[in-house]
Amino acid sequence: MRLKMTVNGESRDADGVWPGESLLYVLRERLGLPGSKNACEQGECGSCTVYLDGVAVCACLVAAGQAVDREVITVEGLADGDRLDPVQECFVQAGAVQCGFCTPGLIVATHDLIARNPSPSDEEIREALAGNLCRCTGYEKILDAVRAAARRKAAQT
Amino acid sequence: MDFLRPQTWPEALARKAERPAAVPIAGGTDVMVEVNFDRRRPEALLDLTRIPELTGWERDERAIRIGANVTYTRVIEELGAELPGLAMASRTVGSPQIRNRGTIAGNLGAASPAGDAHPILLALGASVEAESVRGTRLIPAVEFYVGVKRHSLAPDELIRAVHVPLSPGPQQFSKIGTRNAMVIAVCSFALALDVPARRVGTGIGSAAPTPRRAVAAEDYVSGALPWESRDPIPDGVGARFGELVAQTASPIDDVRGSAAYRRHALAVLARRNLAWAWKEYQCA
Repeated sequence: MRLKMTVNGESRDADGVWPGESLLYVLRERLGLPGSKNACEQGECGSCTVYLDGVAVCACLVAAGQAVDREVITVEGLADGDRLDPVQECFVQAGAVQCGFCTPGLIVATHDLIARNPSPSDEEIREALAGNLCRCTGYEKILDAVRAAARRKAAQT
Repeated sequence: MDFLRPQTWPEALARKAERPAAVPIAGGTDVMVEVNFDRRRPEALLDLTRIPELTGWERDERAIRIGANVTYTRVIEELGAELPGLAMASRTVGSPQIRNRGTIAGNLGAASPAGDAHPILLALGASVEAESVRGTRLIPAVEFYVGVKRHSLAPDELIRAVHVPLSPGPQQFSKIGTRNAMVIAVCSFALALDVPARRVGTGIGSAAPTPRRAVAAEDYVSGALPWESRDPIPDGVGARFGELVAQTASPIDDVRGSAAYRRHALAVLARRNLAWAWKEYQCA
């Protein structure tokens, strides 16, 4: 089937989509957006987190057909050209990236958290990121990055 | 495989009548896992996310009717004050990403014995609004679950809404798992005090082929609680209640836990939930 959706502000078409295909597969394999990572394919790891109509979701659990005429924002859509989003900058500065596989999902999940709650407690951060797994044991640095991103967000508003 | 995208509820019912093997999909948090892992190849997916009739909830004096597309996140944010037990259960589901997509109706449609919404739906006497081109019926939750991942919907029926009674009394839900998020329940327990009726409702999860009420435990504890005086729970009542709950379960040994552990944990959960709910009643 042929699908049309808005991805990172641009209208995009995908052709030859199998009806059982996930949004994640369409993003990565048909639209050339490999930022969202494909790992567990069952919503456990969060590495494919994207916004669907402004709501953070696992792209692996969205049927591609469900995204038709909807607005998708992936990790690629957060930066403004070469200027990283503040959340991305904070991850870099805090050293919250090791292998980098979980990073895109954590960036989107953190972006979503601090948009809803600009000064989250540590408990709220842990709860908000409970569905994003890092296996390089980088959680302490990740928490540092989220706290820094939240401080920047709070200072702006 | 086909991907069916009805735009209205009558259209969805017509599609389901024509293609009874079509699998309804809303949040996709169960269905897409099965498709991704090649465990299921339905002849069609019936996408319900575009149907405006399913996206809202409404209240009358006795119940809240939750549309099939209302997510766990919305239950927590919009219905937490009126349906505290269902909100507690919703908070234990998956992660924010899962709660942003998953629905109570989807939990019912999957009918897993471990589904987090089931125990409180049983404890509150909720019912499932099922509809087909033939008409609408309300299925009491207690009759909805008929086996492991099996429910009592007819092949042409879809879940339109869940009717959850507004219970005038404290509610609790607890779940055992290996961490505080992203867990399938080892076992779970919900309890609701119906204060005007002087009744305690219960629901057991993940400890029998289906979610089930602990009726003997309900009968016992409803008669043993000092409703009028609001005194502390008499000695031994909580423990006896827990024993009766555990006896009602028929758990199995599996990867998440042993039958013996589940029985023990259920007795503890039941006793604690009763104590928390009673304390709230005493302070009210």
